[in-house]
Amino acid sequence: MRAFEYAAARTPADAFARTTPRTAYLAGGTTLVDLMKLGVVEPDAVIDINGLGLRGIRLDRDGLRVGALERMSDVAEHPVVAAEFPVVAQALQASASPQIRNMASIGGNLLQRTRCGYFRDVATACNKRQPGSGCPAQTGANRGHAVFGTSASCVATHASDLAVALVALDARVELAGPAGRREVPLADFYRLPGDSPQVENDLRPGELVTAVAVPRLAFARRSTYLKVRDRQSYEFALVSVAAALDVRNGTVRDVRLAVGGVGTRPWRLPLAEQALRGKRLTEATARQAVEAGTADARPLAFNAFKPALLRRTAVRTLLALGG
Amino acid sequence: MRITFTCNGRLTEADGVWEGESLLYVLRERVGLPGSKNACEQGECGSCTVYLDGDPVCSCLVAAGQVQGREVRTVEGLADGDELDPVQQAFVEAGAVQCGFCTPGLLVQTHDLLERQAQPSDAEIREALSGNLCRCTGYEKIMDAVRLAAARRAESAERVN
Repeated sequence: MRAFEYAAARTPADAFARTTPRTAYLAGGTTLVDLMKLGVVEPDAVIDINGLGLRGIRLDRDGLRVGALERMSDVAEHPVVAAEFPVVAQALQASASPQIRNMASIGGNLLQRTRCGYFRDVATACNKRQPGSGCPAQTGANRGHAVFGTSASCVATHASDLAVALVALDARVELAGPAGRREVPLADFYRLPGDSPQVENDLRPGELVTAVAVPRLAFARRSTYLKVRDRQSYEFALVSVAAALDVRNGTVRDVRLAVGGVGTRPWRLPLAEQALRGKRLTEATARQAVEAGTADARPLAFNAFKPALLRRTAVRTLLALGG
Repeated sequence: MRITFTCNGRLTEADGVWEGESLLYVLRERVGLPGSKNACEQGECGSCTVYLDGDPVCSCLVAAGQVQGREVRTVEGLADGDELDPVQQAFVEAGAVQCGFCTPGLLVQTHDLLERQAQPSDAEIREALSGNLCRCTGYEKIMDAVRLAAARRAESAERVN
């Protein structure tokens, strides 16, 4: 690991004052420390933000608000989250291992880096890690890679389960930085790779994620997260589905659908949602809607199984929620 | 830098710590507690599991500076003097130890599981231990040990009542 300075910030202003283009914020550390050991990330200084508060899990009239420094395990086990937004609790439970969930923060989870093997291996080229160096995943080992939102520069999958659940629920991230506070829809916060995959999100220099806000959605009580992976626990998604369903007398009044393990960012399926609204929920209508919503999938050499697996997983999720 | 923390109930100070050291390194190389093991060094295997402020974490992914002022309990802190913790005793009796490298992490993680869930189902045990890899693949005996430890705890709870 390259040498760096370590400082614990006492206030947000203190944290902002210490930032430069070569500093990194540290919350749980489970991503940052790992990537620093691998030499993928090499900051000159690490600013520990754990003293900034940024805690709290609260439900009020507007919805759910979770401080960015809340840990994954605490949010996953919170009774209000489990009751009002089961898709969020389940996505967190299906993430990482108990030890990692005990340490990792909500903000850090949303900012985690891709698990693309080329990104994590400094001996190979990677446009995300070293802009302009190339993308071996285009033709290389790309079984785990994306089928939505890819570009000639990058096909890496966004790794967060939580982000998929939150995008389905129209969550917003609250940000604070040297220039003040602002709030951004999480779906817009993440960028498509295009020709600059090193820029993954909308964060401005020195900005922090301070909280996540999920608007109230009564039918989110009927929501779930289904994750398909190579082993039953402690593995990233091959495909995953976050869904919330408002169904009365067998007819879909409203639905939210987002998918993971398949996109360069958490991937909402608006066309599938639209196709389902007002329809009777049957296997046929669910399949038609999901097929319409995923028609633009562009598989690579080794992940051609993903679109079909995703469609089956989405149909199963919808029918399970509707039953 | 210097870090001060509580380790197995004792105020502990480590001087001359390099910023890039992990909690695992500090425990093994500076505090003289080699029970926590360094296997994958990237949070994949759980061999370095210790309690941090009461919750099990992978100490290999905790930067030394993060430990300042906090409370750490390692596998060395499970036994009461010469008396093994029931979880340790169960691992001995069930033969749940082969090469032994994963054992300290499994002990801490199992200890935490039984504190929170006294009678876990097999599925709950598997999920709780999903972040602890045994390269000898001795998982059946490990499952036996966790079930045995849970049963022992239930028995001793009954005796107290």
